[in-house]
Amino acid sequence: MLNYKPVLKTRVIPVLLLRNGGLVKTVKFDRANYLGDPLNAVKIFNDKEVDELVVLDIDASKRGHRPNFELVKQLASECFMPLGYGGGIKSVEDIGRLFTIGVEKVVINSAGLCNLDLVANAAQVFGNQSIVLSVDVKKNLWGNFTVYSHAKVPPPPVGLLTFLQQASQAGAGEILLNAVDRDGTMTGYDLTLIQQVAQAVPVPVVACGGAGQLAHLRQAADAGASGVAAGSLFVYHGPHRAVLINYPAPSVLQSLLG
Amino acid sequence: MTSIVIIDYGMGNLGSIQNMLKKIGQPAVIASEPTVVSQAAKLILPGVGAFDHAMANLAQRGLTEVIQQRVAKGRPLLGICLGMQLLAHRSDEGTLPGLGLVPGQVVKFSVPAPLKIPHMGWNVVQYQANSPLFRGFANWDEARFYFVHSYYYQCHDPGHVAATTWYGTHFASAVQNGLVFGTQFHPEKSHKFGLLLLRNFAQL
Repeated sequence: MLNYKPVLKTRVIPVLLLRNGGLVKTVKFDRANYLGDPLNAVKIFNDKEVDELVVLDIDASKRGHRPNFELVKQLASECFMPLGYGGGIKSVEDIGRLFTIGVEKVVINSAGLCNLDLVANAAQVFGNQSIVLSVDVKKNLWGNFTVYSHAKVPPPPVGLLTFLQQASQAGAGEILLNAVDRDGTMTGYDLTLIQQVAQAVPVPVVACGGAGQLAHLRQAADAGASGVAAGSLFVYHGPHRAVLINYPAPSVLQSLLG
Repeated sequence: MTSIVIIDYGMGNLGSIQNMLKKIGQPAVIASEPTVVSQAAKLILPGVGAFDHAMANLAQRGLTEVIQQRVAKGRPLLGICLGMQLLAHRSDEGTLPGLGLVPGQVVKFSVPAPLKIPHMGWNVVQYQANSPLFRGFANWDEARFYFVHSYYYQCHDPGHVAATTWYGTHFASAVQNGLVFGTQFHPEKSHKFGLLLLRNFAQL
């Protein structure tokens, strides 16, 4: 007996990158292009009723800074949708403070981790659903997916899928899966990567890296992503990449992903 | 008498509820002191985390009885997410008794693949037309709210179900018993839908 009911629509999530308090967009994790004021961008995304928003400070950890709590607080006060924040998070105390100022999910990047203790400790206090593990993935010379680390921390000693299984066991309630080589290219998601990870872990996977048109979102969802994230797609417009904050109308997303 | 008090018992994101109430011109106070909570015209009980931890925190702060007393005096209460689950008598997630304000129990999702647990994301809420929380919602084709949870509410009395949502099973996504309300979803994170729902609660 088939009693069809609408199931969760795939979440479509703009990812905003911060550097020195400004909004930037990268290509392959490099060549950061300054876009403007993050608060303004967040207000526009809120008006467009985005499903969810992720803000990542891409400089904080590299420079050894803590999160810019004042800025995050301002951003959070404009978000009437779930907000995820990552960058410079060092301790359970940092995470508690982020939740107090209005963030729903904290994003902990694998590059800053010597082990999964922070994920485990945070999940115990705040629950798995609020802890997102962000993992940056590159193909190595042999064509295998590996965890990429731009920081000084060595990559985990196990393979990507094993690492992510360990992370979800430790308490990561969601995986933000970044395909480094697709970042900013707008050439489409790495669908093989999404398939492999979504099948290997029991928690939702949010795919990121490569979205250049709406059809790409559908491809990632079909490959098993519970959420589809994008930067360039939602901050650029046209072949010359003019800066224009944009997001599809609910009806467009419904027919694309519903 | 203080208008709306958001109860701070160390469980979850209070800032975003206050932000949304401010947006609709309803200033609210975040408080953990029983003396402040006992003066509230309306109460909001938020919450993210584990059931027993939450009940223990309420008890430790002397808030359990204060909440029950305010409700007995006819003051409206809105429980959100875990705050809704605390309204039940018991939960599969813990061993401590709940507040028992909306007869029911909380059980764990058991969903078929490819659905994952937690139930996380935007889902459709089918509300009872006469529910005061959903006044004015008929203007939209459907009401969508943001959910994050692994356990769900089962009302003993079907009359207490204010809304249902489907995720592998039909579950009570909002409950009501007199002036005690609960929403499994997060109105404070649900754009215009949440704004209207919180406005409806504030204007009760």
